[in-house]
Amino acid sequence: MPGDQPHPEIYEPLSHTGDLGMLVYGRDLPELFAHAAWAMFDLMSDATTIRPQQTLMVSVEATDLEDLLVRWLSELLYVYDTQRLMCCEARFTALESTYLTAAVLGEPFDPTRHPIDTEIKAVTYHQIAVEPVAGRWQARVIFDL
Amino acid sequence: MTDASAVKIQQIDAYRWRIPRQGQMRVDGLVFASPTLMRAIREDQSLQQVANVAQLPGIVDHSIAMPDIHWGYGFPIGGVAAFDEHEGVISPGGIGYDINCGVRLLGSGLSRADVAGHMRELVDSLFRNIPSGVGSHRKDLRLSETELKQVLKRGAGWAVAQGYGSARDLQHIEEGGCLQSAQPDMVSARALERGRSQLGSLGSGNHFVEVDYVAEVYDEQVANALGLFLDQIAITIHTGSRGLGYQVCDDYLKVMQHATARYGISIPDRQLCCAPLSSPEAHEYIGAMYSAANFAFANRQLITHWVRETFEQVLERPPRDLQIDVIYDVCHNIGKFETHVVDGQSRRLCVHRKGATRALPPGHPQIPEIYRHLGQPVLIPGDMGRYSYVLIGTQQGGAETFASSCHGAGRMLSRTQAKKSARGRPIVRELEDRGIFVRSAGRATLMEEIPEAYKDVREVVDVVAGAGISKKVAQLRPMGVIKG
Repeated sequence: MPGDQPHPEIYEPLSHTGDLGMLVYGRDLPELFAHAAWAMFDLMSDATTIRPQQTLMVSVEATDLEDLLVRWLSELLYVYDTQRLMCCEARFTALESTYLTAAVLGEPFDPTRHPIDTEIKAVTYHQIAVEPVAGRWQARVIFDL
Repeated sequence: MTDASAVKIQQIDAYRWRIPRQGQMRVDGLVFASPTLMRAIREDQSLQQVANVAQLPGIVDHSIAMPDIHWGYGFPIGGVAAFDEHEGVISPGGIGYDINCGVRLLGSGLSRADVAGHMRELVDSLFRNIPSGVGSHRKDLRLSETELKQVLKRGAGWAVAQGYGSARDLQHIEEGGCLQSAQPDMVSARALERGRSQLGSLGSGNHFVEVDYVAEVYDEQVANALGLFLDQIAITIHTGSRGLGYQVCDDYLKVMQHATARYGISIPDRQLCCAPLSSPEAHEYIGAMYSAANFAFANRQLITHWVRETFEQVLERPPRDLQIDVIYDVCHNIGKFETHVVDGQSRRLCVHRKGATRALPPGHPQIPEIYRHLGQPVLIPGDMGRYSYVLIGTQQGGAETFASSCHGAGRMLSRTQAKKSARGRPIVRELEDRGIFVRSAGRATLMEEIPEAYKDVREVVDVVAGAGISKKVAQLRPMGVIKG
């Protein structure tokens, strides 16, 4: 479960009374966005159990970089809810401040191999931040559980 | 956000506190709490949120907070705010992601002795028959888009028409289990898709089905009228509109971000985005939000049916012996148009309840006829180890809180803290030793939901009862719980 196997180079869970958040890190924006996706599925399950067996193309448009991160994660949540696809990797063909296109890799949820931790209802804009910190990128995201 | 200590607060009496109008506030804040609860409340930003809500256009009387108030997105959880139908606004953040998250209480003709020795099997069977946890669904329930839209239009009535329950059930649900002005066409394709496979599922986190017994009766006359008696088996269902509701909220938060700018509404926090009640954006959101509410009513109706089936199978007794009847079903995340008397004038208002329960006073025409002279039943779940309460609406609540009451215990420990405290402990065994059988889909759920992660719901209920905005009827204690 989150925190059981910490991956501090990728993300750290943030505690909130009713909800849950994460601080995500990446050397550049594509890595930050890929880590954010990985981290979200790690909060929901255990991302190390997800194999990159299927590919899905995803495009997202937004008003700024923070909005883009919220919409990117919301898109993956939607894909998970409707197609059961859990994501462990993302390869970006475009990533600007207002749009992105990515190949998302993962596999369908399999209750025999993927533990269930947390149901994330939504990705919120509360305290959303995407910023360069000490030579790398950092993002803060709070989820509604 | 401002430091919580910056919010001025004055104690009015043992249960009431005022946040006097300051800055951009249009009305005072009114908080129900004991001094002990107030100390906890002051630790987060929720009082500032009560003050922020008081700044919204068209707010009437007070920005109200219940004793289980805690920090939420924009609006606090445990907040009640009513807006004038002409000058006021509607805000998805004042209703929440889980639209019509709510509680249904089922009574029965069974006593504790009737289920003794069957609890483990009952809990296992409930867990099997009611889809719980992330991504769960009943394989026998697959809806076309047309059928799903019927669910959104008709709510619990759709489920009853399909054979899941009876017309009597519908009479014992807030709004008869259907908000009539739902407009399924205002629900996005995305929300429909998210909800489609999730109808008839519990979800995860704090959602549950619980087998309880009536441990204490405080008001014999009301308890009798509701069909509750000491030692009786009752079942509590707590769930909402699942992914469909979350997506409706998410979709309309985006719409409202634009609307707030378009109508030049000044808000102190981005999550309070809203639109004038007379605007097309508000009209569309209401149509979609009511649809999601109907989905939730249908959801609790389906689960009720599977609870009945499970009891019949396990106890091998026919329905007429079991008498598993709906006592009541209430929403605690909802916005609705209601008529209330303010300063001696009857006004039509849009009442937002986010983590608050409607509590109509005795005599109100919307209460089922057999209880009408008593008031509306109010269902307050606690944590899985202690107790829940059945309350009833009062004239005082009708006049002071737009007929609203609290909704639950509220967390005391964050999920991470709870897990830390539960790590290495045999939680299932600990509860079994207390006579409570639990089953859960998620590995972390039971750890996050340990009883001590929650405030004692009795403290919350004592405030609403002490303030006179609801009255205590009975206390329920858990014997079996399934969690998502």
